[in-house]
Amino acid sequence: MSPEKLTVMANQIARFFAHLGPERAPAEIADHLRKFWDPRMRRAIIAHVTAGGGGLDPLAAAAVALLAEDATVS
Amino acid sequence: MSLIKETDYGTPRALSEKTVSLSIDGHEITVPEGTSIMRAAMTAGVAIPKLCATDSLNSFGSCRLCLVEIEGRAGTPASCTTPVAQGMVVATQTGRLAKIRRGVMELYISDHPLDCLTCAANGDCELQDMAGAVGLREVRYGYDGANHFASTKDETNPYFSFDPAKCIVCSRCVRACEEVQGTFALTVDGRGFASKIATGSADFLSSECVSCGACVEACPTATLIEKSVIETGQPEHSVITTCAYCGVGCSFKAEMRGEQVVRMVPYKDGKANHGHSCVKGRFAFGYATHRERILKPMIRANINDPWREVSWDEAIAHTASEFKRIQAKYGKDALGGITSSRCTNEETYLVQQLVRAGFGNNNVDTCARVCHSPTGYGLKATFGTSAGTQDFDSVDDSDVILVIGANPTDAHPVFASRMKRRLRAGAKLIVIDPRRIDLVRSAHIEAAYHLPIRPGTNVAMVNALAHVIVTEGLVNEAFVREYCEWDAFQDWAAFIARPENSPEAVGKVSGVAADLIRKAARLYATGGNAAIYYGLGVTEHSQGTTTVIAIANLAMATGNIGRRGVGVNPLRGQNNVQGSCDMGSFPHELPGYRHISEPETRAIYEKIWGVTLDAEPGLRIPNMIDAAVDGSFKGIYIQGEDIVQSDPDTHHMIAGLAAMECVVVQDLFLNETANYAHVFLPGSSFLEKDGTFTNAERRINRVRRVMRPKNGYADWEITQILSNALGYPMHYRHPAEIMDEIARTTPSFAGVSFDLLDRVGSVQWPCNAAAPEGTPTMHIGGFVRGQGHFMITEYVATEEKSGPRFPLLLTTGRILSQYNVGAQTRRTANVAWHEEDRLEIHPHDAEQRGIRDGDWVKLESRTGATSLRALITDRVAPGVVYTTFHHPDTQANVVTTEFSDWATNCPEYKVTAVQVARANGPTEWQENYRQHAAQSRRILAAE
Repeated sequence: MSPEKLTVMANQIARFFAHLGPERAPAEIADHLRKFWDPRMRRAIIAHVTAGGGGLDPLAAAAVALLAEDATVS
Repeated sequence: MSLIKETDYGTPRALSEKTVSLSIDGHEITVPEGTSIMRAAMTAGVAIPKLCATDSLNSFGSCRLCLVEIEGRAGTPASCTTPVAQGMVVATQTGRLAKIRRGVMELYISDHPLDCLTCAANGDCELQDMAGAVGLREVRYGYDGANHFASTKDETNPYFSFDPAKCIVCSRCVRACEEVQGTFALTVDGRGFASKIATGSADFLSSECVSCGACVEACPTATLIEKSVIETGQPEHSVITTCAYCGVGCSFKAEMRGEQVVRMVPYKDGKANHGHSCVKGRFAFGYATHRERILKPMIRANINDPWREVSWDEAIAHTASEFKRIQAKYGKDALGGITSSRCTNEETYLVQQLVRAGFGNNNVDTCARVCHSPTGYGLKATFGTSAGTQDFDSVDDSDVILVIGANPTDAHPVFASRMKRRLRAGAKLIVIDPRRIDLVRSAHIEAAYHLPIRPGTNVAMVNALAHVIVTEGLVNEAFVREYCEWDAFQDWAAFIARPENSPEAVGKVSGVAADLIRKAARLYATGGNAAIYYGLGVTEHSQGTTTVIAIANLAMATGNIGRRGVGVNPLRGQNNVQGSCDMGSFPHELPGYRHISEPETRAIYEKIWGVTLDAEPGLRIPNMIDAAVDGSFKGIYIQGEDIVQSDPDTHHMIAGLAAMECVVVQDLFLNETANYAHVFLPGSSFLEKDGTFTNAERRINRVRRVMRPKNGYADWEITQILSNALGYPMHYRHPAEIMDEIARTTPSFAGVSFDLLDRVGSVQWPCNAAAPEGTPTMHIGGFVRGQGHFMITEYVATEEKSGPRFPLLLTTGRILSQYNVGAQTRRTANVAWHEEDRLEIHPHDAEQRGIRDGDWVKLESRTGATSLRALITDRVAPGVVYTTFHHPDTQANVVTTEFSDWATNCPEYKVTAVQVARANGPTEWQENYRQHAAQSRRILAAE
């Protein structure tokens, strides 16, 4: 999956939840990604971040960090 | 089986709860106050002769045939225009009346061709019936006087004929066009003997007539009659079924001769359409027997090879073998399926079952991905249910109607007629749309406010409406406190009151004057019962879900939820898009919108399907294509969808399909997607199978088989055969058994069965123990989720922006005579109205580019280009262009982009930055595409 496209999508999601602030938003964003993104998409965005890939909104990056802790996609 | 003839009560039903008792021909009758004598008599089985009256129209009193005598009253009043009164004593058959009626009939018949034996309406002619009913035995005036026999027939409409020689000028057609359809295309021209029915133009085809068939249905003679009846003869039996076009879901009588459909007649007892129809459902059914329909399975090793016709056994074995090979080589997640919103609930249920249980993953999706998936997310998050809140009848109680991002007269015409009737009766209309759609101003309809927003600014606009409501103290606080989460409301109110949401700020973004926004908001909040109707102009944006949520916020803040006349109403595109969503077609949800991660829900299906289900969400359609391009998705089973034509960014879509190793298309025709398929399984039309469709108002309606499947199998049978070949057994014997399983496993369908539907006609879900005959209005006395949930809806401008290179914004849509990708309607005479996609462009933009009306123009975006002919009109604003996507020769989606809704990946069809320039004809890509399509459709006959 194209990391660029996934980054755009993750940033869009982050923008919707941004009003919740840095304490609450990452969990909501991560929850959305778990509910709607197939595991290979989650693996791809995690791999992108792990490889030092940029472009992610800080809230989206924080959400991806939470995803990385999930056993199912790691 | 016999021909179903509904009772015609002559005049419409009176709605009064007060009753009146009277005597008619010795029958004691009690009816609602306001009922006509004619209707009261018919309720007791007393048929008063009539010609100008029919119960779909208001009484008119012109034919003088329905006269009656009333004790204590002088004269012989018309029973259609005379209301009942308490204690009234009526006689419908007396010597005096018989004499008058015979005299009237003599006058009619003296100017009527006496060709009954060769007339197409023979046996279905009210004039003929009335001649019998009044005992007409002679015409004393003879037949040699002045007459209209030499009048010229108007045969311009492809579906019906108009023969003025047989017209009795009863005005039923004129009134049907006005009262039922609301188009006002017909009139009575001239006076006295010279009176004749006329359109405003030279003929029917060039007039404003929308060919809905209401006039044909109302005509009591052979004056307006279907050409199919003229060519075929009268039908001998009929079957009630449901239209397979838009989300209104009209009920029809398929009137048959053996297995041949003679005509589709709108069913008066159909609860979605109440006897009305549009040009598609009424007339455009010929595609089912079109010569291009594929009836034999076909396979090929390579998409550049010609097709090879094979037996069903070989096609199914080949498909199963390929799917098994792909899963063995690339893993179980390399396969997926797409359910069809044109197929039945039972068929979509089976496809998602095949994917989840047979393929062992959740890679299943449906066309709602590209239309109303944001509705599912947005309404579930705010209200608790992924569906509209009302029935169509609810609009009769609306005082204010807000239409946003929808064009009902083109896309949902039968409901639009209903809406227009309410508007003519005084309801106020607000339209939010970049285009001046017909509802903004048409015969006897004018919107109070049209807010012509810049494409892509819906969220800003709805926020601005809410801003006015919050800051001007128009919130229904009592409703919010009782039914909604108060804390969430307060957070939302604080957000919405911020200056960036004010009409003054939003005016700059949306291009709509602040004052207009304020007036529209005040009308919505204070005008009485206010209902919102929206369509794909809301959902097909990068913030589609946010707009749906914003709309829900607006309705909750004003208390416009939970009763008739109000609500939030998504106008669904395809006939069964609501049903396909209900049936678990989304990759993250099992039937009934329950997330796949819920162990207790999975357990229900694991028990009856005998498998362990994957708890992870699967790929959505755009994700499937991305994964195919990346090499991890290799095979797909597509039932009744044409994603190459309907989905965005055609180049990318084609690249994805071309990268797969086994694409299986099950359809009526070799559609555009089939050009990239390896297996073609011929599908069955809605006329050839049993099942149910669920329309935009959650109404579950029966689809009934009227002929055997021409391809050999109904679509559900094909899915079942494939599943069995794959080693996952399915043994349903009839769609009723599938619905029984749906009812057993889905709480909102718990009470649904074919038996119930056959008994009561149709039901709206939820249908269960608490609502055994369904739920017309949702959220009465509280929201399904408990309390309504306000959500913050910040406006975020789309990344798709116009600029120097692409200075115009393209938005796409539909037209009345065509449907979706046009696979059905392009194969009917509907092409008479729309034979090609045109690009609507404002005169100012056209002039700047030297474009004249009808010129070929190249429409180009950063993703692709296509050429089509220009239609210069001020219906679109300067800076905005518009086209339809009905024709593959245009392939409008080669221009649309990969941008999509943040929550659901619903594509952003409604905003594409483009440039338009004069062109000489189709682009090179179009020429190549056409050649490739022709190559791809080569078929080798079976040996």
